[in-house]
Amino acid sequence: MGPTSASAVGTPRAPLSERVFAGSMRGAAGGVALILAGVLTFLAVRGGPAMFAQEGELPAHATNFLQLAGPAAFGSLWVAVIALVVASLPAIGVALAATIYAPSPKFGRFLAAVLDLLAAVPSVVFGLWGLMILAPLMVPIYGWLHRNLGWLPFFSGEPSVTGRTVLTAGLVVGVMILPIMAAMCRESFALTPPALMEAAVALGATRWEMVRYAVLPTARSGIVAGGMLALGRALGETMAVAMVLSWTPYLVSVNLVSSGNPVTIAAFIASTFPESTGSQVGALIGLGLVLFGISLLVSIAGRRIARQGVTR
Amino acid sequence: MSQTTMVRPAGGTASDKIDPAAVLAASRPNLRRRLTNQITLGVVILAVVMTAVPLVSVIWASVERGSARLDVALFTNSMRGVVGQGGGLLHALMGTLLVTGATALIAIPLGLSAAIYLTEYGGTSKLAGLTRRAVDIMVSIPSIVAGLAAYALFSLLFGPGTRSGLAGAAALAMIMIPVVVRSSEEVLRLVPADLREAGLALGAPRWRVIRRIVLPTALPGLTSGAVLGVARIIGETAPLLLVAGFTDAMNYNLAEGRMATLPVFIYTQWSSKGLDTAAYDQRAWAGALVLMAVVVVLQLGARALPTQIAKIRRNR
Repeated sequence: MGPTSASAVGTPRAPLSERVFAGSMRGAAGGVALILAGVLTFLAVRGGPAMFAQEGELPAHATNFLQLAGPAAFGSLWVAVIALVVASLPAIGVALAATIYAPSPKFGRFLAAVLDLLAAVPSVVFGLWGLMILAPLMVPIYGWLHRNLGWLPFFSGEPSVTGRTVLTAGLVVGVMILPIMAAMCRESFALTPPALMEAAVALGATRWEMVRYAVLPTARSGIVAGGMLALGRALGETMAVAMVLSWTPYLVSVNLVSSGNPVTIAAFIASTFPESTGSQVGALIGLGLVLFGISLLVSIAGRRIARQGVTR
Repeated sequence: MSQTTMVRPAGGTASDKIDPAAVLAASRPNLRRRLTNQITLGVVILAVVMTAVPLVSVIWASVERGSARLDVALFTNSMRGVVGQGGGLLHALMGTLLVTGATALIAIPLGLSAAIYLTEYGGTSKLAGLTRRAVDIMVSIPSIVAGLAAYALFSLLFGPGTRSGLAGAAALAMIMIPVVVRSSEEVLRLVPADLREAGLALGAPRWRVIRRIVLPTALPGLTSGAVLGVARIIGETAPLLLVAGFTDAMNYNLAEGRMATLPVFIYTQWSSKGLDTAAYDQRAWAGALVLMAVVVVLQLGARALPTQIAKIRRNR
């Protein structure tokens, strides 16, 4: 390095090794951005034309792309919303148990490990579980719901004999997104200023009142952001839904217990792709673009909410 | 002690005459508030139970239904020519090993380098902003869309209908890269700036400071992040189902031909059953048991690694 540094006295210039290293790190960062650009380009090039495809070029005998995408987009949102409704309360509860209610820090860490483990169970295993364990258990419950609450549109229609309904799928996905939401809630509960909680207790608040008036308000944006993150994950969930749900193409229905169920975009792609060729594959890639768009909107909204919480 | 007597109020003040128990009793919340408190405590306990029940049930089901096939043949045989009983998942295990290894080889160097740029060089530059935004978007790519993108790329290169382990690795890398970038960036940021400045002040070029000071300091966190990234993708099914496909036989070649992987093995044992459905179900659950064991080992490893590395260093 001696001679180069001597000649570089006038104009300070990094040694070659430094420039090579810095250049490759810069290249990697640019590479990550390029990969995303590539993903978007490939999806658009292969999936874009399918949005204007004619009858006969689409899977499941659809006449146009919208006929395919509309009901599937509804199904995706429907399952995701059911999952979020199922997961929200337990997620907040278990996050409270791991932080505010934890009898010891050890218990909090134990709960966190349980949540990590639940998050790590692969979706195909959850699919197997939902299909063979949960669905049969749900059959009598669906029968009961239909007999007693059949006047509601959610429980009308003949109840499924297999239990593989949209509600079962929603329950399974709910279990899967629970740890994601709980992790976000846990983080924001742990950030509650101790002084705020101590003040509440000093004023004679019960533990619940402390949570209600000191913890939950400060953590609100974190809870909502966690919910959005979980919703985004639920929208993209594929295998568990593809295995559990017994679906009918083009169906738009809010029925939770009958054998006629809408399909989600992701499950439709996974179950149709292996047998598809040519333009049908293009249509599935187009559906993937639609799904990407929806989950991107959800995640942008979630991030915006999370950031609002930080600046406030 | 003289110190304590100093802060204590002098003499017998009013506070001595009030019975603390009576004060507490008077300030005791009324029944409705106490009841609400108890009910919400019950709800929190219920939430913990509701979280634990599915986890215990999944583990129990895998052990109960999968252990019947947890034999030697499971790990020494492929499914080639098997129609009923018997067979194994060696081909899927090998496929998962190859695909995951290839994914890690793509994602870890690329992700770590990008993170080094973001923390050490980029700062607030335009490229850093662009990369951060790209990572944010990539995190929200549904895994099946990553599979579709890999398919779109590989079908352009190798013609329609192409399936290969490498395409699977490309799809999984799209999922793993943002995970690695994020975790590495977080860990690198924790390295104290003093260490870097000390190195730079001694006249070392930046890359040597990174190589000799920053990376070794961050190593425990970096490895645990990388292992968690592997744990995140090793159970991915949907993208592999699309682009790596499925086969009953061994395939050691990442670049060519369909390659079975553990998650897809589980799926296909269920989805395309032969006549002897019980044998297929047992294999599916045995596969689930093996896959979960792998994931648990990775998770525990990621937890234990940082302390282990620290211990080795201390002993050296």
